[in-house]
Amino acid sequence: MTRRALVVAALVGVAAALVWALFVAVPRRASRAGSNTVAAAAPGAAPTTSGRKIKARLFYVSGDGMHLVRVERDVAYGEGTLEQAREILAAQVTPVAEPLVSAIPAGATVRALFLTEGGEAYVDFSRDITTGHTGGTSDELLTIYTIVNALTENLPAVTAVQVLVDGKEVDTLAGHIDLRNPIARNPAWVQ
Amino acid sequence: MDPLVRPLRLLPAAAICGLLVIVVATLSSQPAPASSLTLLSRDGRKTLPIAIVGDQEFVALDDLATTFQLAVREESLGAMTVSYKGRTIVLTADQSLASVSGRLISLPAPPSRSGRRWLVPVEFISRALAPIYDVRLDFRKPSHLLVIGDLRVPRVTVRYDPLGATARLTIDATPRAASTVSQENDALTIKFDVEALDVASPPLAPQAPQSLVQSVRLADPTTLVVQIGPRFAGFKASSEPVDTTTRLVIDLTSTQTETAPPPAQVPPELPPALAPAPSAVRTIAVDPGHGGDDEGVNGAGGAKEKDLALAVARRVKSVIEARLGVRVLLTRDDDRNVPIDERTAIANNNKADLFVSLHANASLRKTAAGAAIFVAAFEKSAAQGASTTGGRVPTFGGGSREIDLVLWDLAQTQHVEQSAAFAGILEQQLRDRIPLVAQPVDRAPLRVLESANMPAVLLEMGYLTNVGQEKLLTSDPFQNMIVQALFDAVIRFRDTVTGGGTP
Repeated sequence: MTRRALVVAALVGVAAALVWALFVAVPRRASRAGSNTVAAAAPGAAPTTSGRKIKARLFYVSGDGMHLVRVERDVAYGEGTLEQAREILAAQVTPVAEPLVSAIPAGATVRALFLTEGGEAYVDFSRDITTGHTGGTSDELLTIYTIVNALTENLPAVTAVQVLVDGKEVDTLAGHIDLRNPIARNPAWVQ
Repeated sequence: MDPLVRPLRLLPAAAICGLLVIVVATLSSQPAPASSLTLLSRDGRKTLPIAIVGDQEFVALDDLATTFQLAVREESLGAMTVSYKGRTIVLTADQSLASVSGRLISLPAPPSRSGRRWLVPVEFISRALAPIYDVRLDFRKPSHLLVIGDLRVPRVTVRYDPLGATARLTIDATPRAASTVSQENDALTIKFDVEALDVASPPLAPQAPQSLVQSVRLADPTTLVVQIGPRFAGFKASSEPVDTTTRLVIDLTSTQTETAPPPAQVPPELPPALAPAPSAVRTIAVDPGHGGDDEGVNGAGGAKEKDLALAVARRVKSVIEARLGVRVLLTRDDDRNVPIDERTAIANNNKADLFVSLHANASLRKTAAGAAIFVAAFEKSAAQGASTTGGRVPTFGGGSREIDLVLWDLAQTQHVEQSAAFAGILEQQLRDRIPLVAQPVDRAPLRVLESANMPAVLLEMGYLTNVGQEKLLTSDPFQNMIVQALFDAVIRFRDTVTGGGTP
């Protein structure tokens, strides 16, 4: 009986060690090692320096409906590229009132944001960006380039953006624009 | 056309010819931005002034009324009715849509008022008047020519290819027309069996003094004269029908190659002139966008992009297969969702020579209107992979050989230039027929075009999110315009491909 109790105790000990290793030690080490290569942030995680603002250019649909227009806005300051990218995206997806029209479907939120050392940003949107989309090549182009240009124009460290939906890579948002690779800034769609 | 032409030939031919001489002389001396429209009929010639507003050409409605015996009545609220033998056209002052015998048609611009006169876009003639008029009206916008009735006035184009010691003249007449070629001193005379020719002025740009062919001019309404250079030794002419065109090929030889060349010898390096031109467009893949649970854009009035795309695709198939003898594959022929890769796979596996994806557009701005043509663009991140795809592979029995692999995803990279060429041709054909956006040809990383291993374009026919456009897009006349434009674009594209490059 005592031997059996010892085995059980040992097993419990090993399990506890494993749990600690898996959920505490490894992530800590990974985050330290990973900070060089991949930075990740979930919206609402790190608090920003209170009150400080930067000027950022956000993008909205032009009057003819076929281009984007730049609108300069005050956006909360974020420490470092990743945090600043998060603030810019948060401002860009915030609903706007007429005469501004946003090419990002209402209800779409940023679930997560990753940044690689190579300057590629991966923006994970909630599925509303697809389900709430009007469709059509023009609108899809404007949705994509709103996101791509908002990050690449304001953050020199970001050179290309890949849009993910619900944590997964997708072919397209509404059947037209190829989202399987990061997309570089394209001022051609801006008036 | 012939049953009408024959009895009319009994009319005093001299008088007609006399009138036609004036017509074509005027035509050929017209500057490119013509300020008048030339009407050509059995009764002779007439010109109507053209007014340019914006970049659109207009004619006065009362000029047309006098010429074609139309009754024009101005109604209240800016509406006008134009009647002809009980048939009616209804125009509205600020609307580019008009009703013709109850059917909706689109004009490139609304009617415009100039003082007390109403001006209508020149397209009014072909789109509104022609459908209700008793006699055939054939409006040729590029040459500002309106052929009234069954006159044979083929469009004629002349191409000259100097090939060192030899040279070739290719003269296309559409619709088909017979001709005879004869030599008189230092000129070749090409006489066409027609009433007049619709030809650019001059038909061929002047050539260098030592060139075998120095110039081509219109000598009378039905005759082209080819001025030949001093090196000329002989020629051989042959003609063959190519679809609706008669292609006349004249091969010329010079004295420099041989001491005593037989006058009519065709140099061996030239392909036989009578061999049928290879048809480089044999199969076209037409891709109706979306389908099944993927409805695409939903119009305010209930029209669905998937249904519209399929309806137009089916029309394209029936017209092009019947009239052009080109096979048309549809990537779907019913209401189902076909994965994007399967759409291009159908085109690639059937070795289609052209891929056209049909869509309808959407905009958050409800006034956005017009058709647009897209050609594939590639992101650098995707293209970087492509450069590593070629390489050396081991071969059976030892050794290795160079291969040229192209990733399926990037098959289109090899065809982008041809795709852009087709897009340009299609834009030209759509321009006179339907509303276009300000910059109709654009490039975008479109998923469905990227894997197409042939020239490929995506046509956004118009905006379903615009109420007026939705009505237009779902109308028969509009869909037929798209079909006709695609039909004409395919013919022209094929000519540039078989013509050995630049047209």
